[in-house]
Amino acid sequence: MSRRLRLAVLAVGGTGLAALLVLACLDLPSFGGRWHPYGEAAVRASLDRHTANTVAFVNFDLRAHDTLGEMSILFAAVVGCVVLLRQARDEHREPPQPSDVAPPVRRYALLVLPVALVVGLYVVAHGQLSPGGGFQGGVVAATALHLLYLGADYRALERVRPIGTYEVTDALGTCAYLVVGLAGVLAGTAFLANTLLPYGTFNTLSSGGTVPLLNAAIGMEVTSAVVVLLARFLDQAVEIEEEQGS
Amino acid sequence: MADAVIVVVLLLVAATATAAVATRDPSRQALVLSLQGVVLAVLFTVLQAPDVALSQLAVGSALTPLLIMLSVRKVRRRARTTDEGGDG
Amino acid sequence: MTHVFPYLIAVWIFLVGCYGLATSRNLIHAVGCLAVCQSATYVLLLAVGYRDGATAPVFSDLEPGTRPLVDPVVQALALTDIVVGATVTALLLALVLQVAKRHGTVDPDELSELRG
Repeated sequence: MSRRLRLAVLAVGGTGLAALLVLACLDLPSFGGRWHPYGEAAVRASLDRHTANTVAFVNFDLRAHDTLGEMSILFAAVVGCVVLLRQARDEHREPPQPSDVAPPVRRYALLVLPVALVVGLYVVAHGQLSPGGGFQGGVVAATALHLLYLGADYRALERVRPIGTYEVTDALGTCAYLVVGLAGVLAGTAFLANTLLPYGTFNTLSSGGTVPLLNAAIGMEVTSAVVVLLARFLDQAVEIEEEQGS
Repeated sequence: MADAVIVVVLLLVAATATAAVATRDPSRQALVLSLQGVVLAVLFTVLQAPDVALSQLAVGSALTPLLIMLSVRKVRRRARTTDEGGDG
Repeated sequence: MTHVFPYLIAVWIFLVGCYGLATSRNLIHAVGCLAVCQSATYVLLLAVGYRDGATAPVFSDLEPGTRPLVDPVVQALALTDIVVGATVTALLLALVLQVAKRHGTVDPDELSELRG
């Protein structure tokens, strides 16, 4: 198909899609309206189960099955990346030469690294109380670790980041989520039903029944997943060389 | 008052999204994408969704652009080594 | 007009992203455009859940029942998807790197010529 023909097809399809989408938008409930039945039901249920952060409650209690699906997508994507980006037979590793880092960059990176790491872990731990949780905190903690690449060099990063361990903790996080879910079945209720643990005192760290446990499992999985992903991409971008003339 | 802020931020999001698509060089696109990530995080904060804003800030402004930059570097480096191999 | 304006912005972002995907000459750029398309869904979801004069559905420093709240369900949907979407972007980029390795190009037009 020639380029011009393709653009014409795109224009026709795009105009049709745009018209349909705009028509659909005109029929949506108006922006900022007061009618949110699902939201109100979720807030009531969240208060019943002593979870201060309603969003975490929806993720890890009300729609815990949905999060299980999302988590499996995440896990599968990481496994796919690891398989696609492994060292092929026609490639070899060439350790990059350490280069000088500008002193202000080094100072800033080494100063911010522990702060960012602690913030990430804090955000994971307080997911059931304040905005945050396993998904967000995991990404923050994992990217914080990579400030070491900015501040020192690639070899320093490799020393604090044994990829094998992170691959194992990724799988362990996934298993922990399933085990907490299955514990409900063994206790005689349903898979991922939050009826196992006492709901605790509202607005304290141990409130919300299984919500903090599932949140921690997700935090562990997301942290390891992001570390493994970045490690594989860094490997490809910095270290793995193709054999010449292959 | 809040409505005016929402409209302005929505327009900013639309503008940065358009700029991200119009930037054809992937390494520059990564920078525009990270800007779009920050603007989206602001929009989510204005829409009273701090959880989503936090998530978007970590992913949109750091992780996705970083992955794109690393991919660009790998592809460029590959192109360079194959060129040298062809010459030599 | 203002009562559907945010939805129209979401439509615009989605269409712009689709245009970029279709006309891209570099697969890495195409993955970036897909990320733009994804962000349209977040804007749409959160716009549907917004409520005038409401506050965030977090009770760590808010007495329950004192203020109207925005819809937490759509927020939960958007929040998980942002992180999972990033890992899917990573998977796509890994596929692009494989394409670059096997075929020596990341231009979709050249790739279809190679096959033909």
